[in-house]
Amino acid sequence: MQDFLRRFARNQAAIVGVVILLVVIALALLAPVLYPDSPWDMVTEPFLAPGADRAHPLGSDMMGRDLAAGIFHGARVSLMIGIVATLVALAVGVTIGAIAGYYGGWVDNVLMRVTELFQTIPAFIFAIVLVSIFQPSVTSIVLAIGTVSWPPVARLTRSEFLTLRSREFVQACITIGMGDLRIIVLHVLPNALAPIIVTGSLMVATAILTEAGLAFLGLGDPNVMSWGTIIGAGRDVLRTAAYVTAIPGIAILLTVLALNLVGEGLNDALNPKLKNR
Amino acid sequence: MASPILSLAELAMHFPTPAGLVRAVDGVSIDIAPGETVGLVGESGCGKSTLGKTSMRLTRPTAGSIRLEGHEISDLSRSALRPWRSKLQMIFQDPYASLNPRLTVGRTLEEPLIVHGRGNAAERRDRVRWLADKVGLRPEALQRHPHEFSGGQRQRIGIARALALEPKLVICDEPVSALDVSVRAQVINLLMDLKRDLGLAYLFISHDLSVVEHVSDRIAVMYLGKLVEIADRHTLWTRPQHPYTQALIAAVPVADPSHATDRRPGLVEGDLPSPLDPPSGCRFRTRCPIAVAQCAEREPPLRPLASGHFVACDRVAGT
Repeated sequence: MQDFLRRFARNQAAIVGVVILLVVIALALLAPVLYPDSPWDMVTEPFLAPGADRAHPLGSDMMGRDLAAGIFHGARVSLMIGIVATLVALAVGVTIGAIAGYYGGWVDNVLMRVTELFQTIPAFIFAIVLVSIFQPSVTSIVLAIGTVSWPPVARLTRSEFLTLRSREFVQACITIGMGDLRIIVLHVLPNALAPIIVTGSLMVATAILTEAGLAFLGLGDPNVMSWGTIIGAGRDVLRTAAYVTAIPGIAILLTVLALNLVGEGLNDALNPKLKNR
Repeated sequence: MASPILSLAELAMHFPTPAGLVRAVDGVSIDIAPGETVGLVGESGCGKSTLGKTSMRLTRPTAGSIRLEGHEISDLSRSALRPWRSKLQMIFQDPYASLNPRLTVGRTLEEPLIVHGRGNAAERRDRVRWLADKVGLRPEALQRHPHEFSGGQRQRIGIARALALEPKLVICDEPVSALDVSVRAQVINLLMDLKRDLGLAYLFISHDLSVVEHVSDRIAVMYLGKLVEIADRHTLWTRPQHPYTQALIAAVPVADPSHATDRRPGLVEGDLPSPLDPPSGCRFRTRCPIAVAQCAEREPPLRPLASGHFVACDRVAGT
């Protein structure tokens, strides 16, 4: 663990990623303190340019809504959806991958064909279809993103389990008389976790992008304001007031970049042998 | 012979592969008595490890029977097998792959006790300490992870784990071949001490005849999925009958002049034939210095030559 932290800290890009992420998390946590009112409230004149009014540093959109409030509250929504959707995808993907890789044979065949079935549909289109069918809400968006993003996790987990399965320490577990569940959860999974964690951190980034894309298309939860919602509203005034789109766009860009840097850093720190490539 | 602990009869383990059926073990019968060490030697790929793992019921045998203290275990389910597991344990070849890198040594040794519901937490802790002491590990070692140990130390951990459930028979699958030569002797001596103290029986699998000769009471020689000769250690070493055994012994470098015998010179040449398509008749005939045409026609059975000495070769004069 200390080794891991030392290796991670040596990676400057990863530290930058952590700092940006901490800022985003701070935005999310401070949102109800700094902007206790709903970000949907019209609080000032429309099209207030950023920096023009000290009370609203990021300006306002065409409805006079404070963009800073939107960014703060949007951080909550985007992060929450990104993390929960990733957890859903990990739960499904790890379970299916673990069972397929551990048991092999026809179980593996069936589960992998199902996984491929999901992979043949382009992820974003599939997400649009699911959200349209189930009405846009935070729950349906989370489930849709989870549904389209578990197959790569399942494949990764399966390949890890396939190699670990034949290792002698797993055979030793069997000779002891251990049950499959105990072997999978206590002995194989912890050894397969490193690449799964790395993939998970990158998936949060993808999930945030997907949510923004859905909100941009008007498939966001109408009751919450995410960064994608602001971009979607701002696209009509892109030529006259580009900052309405640009500001949440930059927020998404930085968050996704940060998550990727952290993911890369985790990858190098968890697989020291691959370092210094 | 006392009633055997483990009794294999016509045991076969075939693996379907894309290239065809691999007959890794193809009809092996052998008994192991309580407290006895049976050595199993053969070239790499002859099926000796598969025989060990099949006897251990890591795989379900294709045919034949495995009797543990007289009870048939070859077709038991995983859960029905569990109570039998404690009598039969295994030491693995690769001490780097056979320990879970994420668990402390103490936890690794405690796992079998937890799985079999032996004792409460305090009793298990005492048992783990006793095991560590038995294999020469210091109590501090229990808090550490496997990567902090050398190969020899790790193999001691693997041995302690195999002993946790008080087995009667331990299958040692090449237990020292992955170790440095300098620590091999220590581990072998440890195994011998444990056998004496705990009354263990071993099935000792190795490609190294000199190691097997050192530890075994009886030695079985395996070639391409079949046993070709079984005899007590002394007989096999001094009067090997099967040409393959003779070749194996001729290949052993002799350090002790008292072991030098007037054995027939001549090493076997070439590689082991593919177990996908073993030669007809006697499987060894393609490399055998004394093979004749008839050897291709009939598969020689393992037949008794003298008391406790069995050979599968038609060219060896019987009694």
